[in-house]
Amino acid sequence: MLLEVKDLNVSFGGVKALDLSEFKVADKELRVIIGPNGAGKSTFMDILCGKTMANGGAVSFNQQHILGKREVEIANLGIGRKFQKPSVFSRLTVFDNMLLATKMPKGVFKSMFFRLSGEMTDKIHEVAAKVGLSEHLNKLAGNLSHGQKQWLEIAIVILQEPKLMLIDEPAAGMSDEETYKTGELLLELAQTKSVIVIEHDMNFVKQIAQGMVSVLVRGKLLMEGAFDEVRNDQRVIDSYLGRSNAMLEV
Amino acid sequence: MKKYLTTDNIFYASALLIFLVLMPIGNLLGLVSTNTISLWGRYFCFAVAALGIDLIWGYTGILSMCQAFFFCLGGYSIAMHMLLAVGGQGVYGAKIPDFMIWNQVTSLPAFWEPFHSFGIAMILALLLPALFAGVFGFFVFRSRIKGVYFAIITQALAFGAWLIFLRNETMLGGTNGLTDFKSLLGFQLSEPKVKLGLYMISLVVLIGSYLLCNYLVKSKFGKVLVAILDSESRVSYTSYIVQNYKIAVFVISAVLASIGGILYAPQTGIITPGLMDVKSSIEMVMWVALGGRGSLKGAIVGALLVNYLYSLCTSMFPESWPYILGILFILTVLFFQKGFWGLTELLESKLSKKSVGV
Repeated sequence: MLLEVKDLNVSFGGVKALDLSEFKVADKELRVIIGPNGAGKSTFMDILCGKTMANGGAVSFNQQHILGKREVEIANLGIGRKFQKPSVFSRLTVFDNMLLATKMPKGVFKSMFFRLSGEMTDKIHEVAAKVGLSEHLNKLAGNLSHGQKQWLEIAIVILQEPKLMLIDEPAAGMSDEETYKTGELLLELAQTKSVIVIEHDMNFVKQIAQGMVSVLVRGKLLMEGAFDEVRNDQRVIDSYLGRSNAMLEV
Repeated sequence: MKKYLTTDNIFYASALLIFLVLMPIGNLLGLVSTNTISLWGRYFCFAVAALGIDLIWGYTGILSMCQAFFFCLGGYSIAMHMLLAVGGQGVYGAKIPDFMIWNQVTSLPAFWEPFHSFGIAMILALLLPALFAGVFGFFVFRSRIKGVYFAIITQALAFGAWLIFLRNETMLGGTNGLTDFKSLLGFQLSEPKVKLGLYMISLVVLIGSYLLCNYLVKSKFGKVLVAILDSESRVSYTSYIVQNYKIAVFVISAVLASIGGILYAPQTGIITPGLMDVKSSIEMVMWVALGGRGSLKGAIVGALLVNYLYSLCTSMFPESWPYILGILFILTVLFFQKGFWGLTELLESKLSKKSVGV
């Protein structure tokens, strides 16, 4: 198992935000996490990438304990994160955004005396083509559309060459066609690395959920299973009741 | 076809022509007064410090309010050397600086000893601010202090340093500071030729500092700095240790400020704690804000222009300078956030659009 979580719990001001007794992701697995708002999905990713501290439990990634490690250490171990709200460097060009992310020594002096190699340029162009940003490499990232920023952030994560990618709501604000392309991209990525995706859009989940889907409700793991199994589960339907019956209809 | 008549090229050509050729020749021919030369020589020193402020504030978004303190560390170091180098020529003919005799001190304090040597004084002038910024930065940035909190804490540092330098017990001349420098490396500072020489050295150092900063800004290091301003957390998740980059830029800006101070003291003939008070550091930040934050040329233009305006205004309407500076600052913040340099770029893009006929 690449990622193993045991008895993880987090509370914010006395409110339990997350209480996971067990959660595992295998190598080269694409896992989708769904759940109503406030279920703790993003909080879970925040803990995995070192943004939020847990109150207790254990998380091991690639046989190493990562709870309490800093963001940079976790990133170096091979966990890359795409945030719900796109987080890119808006004053830099798309190319520079991708260059900064590319896997290489990242010390201060190394950066001062860095020379761009043709090999690296090729790699950036290749990933840019994958996410459909080839024609925008010289644009400032701040001038991209919302969907393009999402893709740029995915490109940033790809170039870090992580073993595990945490992708938080990649399809938010995208057109149907863009959403479909994003899904295909994630499926392709999952052939070489593990991917955890949080998503609300059930059409999108159906497209990418070829393995297991985990359902989080109020911080707890409600159930895990194949997409059809999850969609027809009465407990899942109940937990979405009221606001999202429609959401479960595909 | 390549365009040669860009704002950048006009800026380089006219700046080099005026300051590197016309002013020095004018001075040698007696058309430009030595006083003017000395004045601009000092503005160049401010511009070097402004470059450092632009790196840390303009590019990285860290507002450091203690740059004048670093400026003075350089100034005091060379001032101490100059006072010692002429030992025996003071009013009292003593081996120690005059102010020590007023304070009933008979022997030189131990920490003055290394400043006998010009080389060691220079090394200390660069090392002290670098070490100070490095150690201070290490603790502050490690605690993830940023934004307004960093500004306040550096302002407190500047205030504390100012209080220490004010005291006679510190043995740095107290409120009166250090003055009455006679010569530097054997050159008489009162001679016009030496003043012109210092002007030229300051200009060359400014050009060198500009080229260095320009290299840094264009390197991947500079891109990381801009990235820190945009999204610090994303920089961390991309495996850069943000703290180290912040320390590095803080150290570089401190050393640049100190270099400015080293060149400033011999040209001014005096250095006092008044130059490192809280107000001075704020003024330095204002040069960059007015000139154009986030553009190296803007920082230089800001430092030169504001100081030139200052000397114009204080001779014409001495009382009104704070109001003029204040109004300029408000106008900049409200209407030209990219400062004076941003304004020329705006003008250029308008003009080029017109000439194309769009």
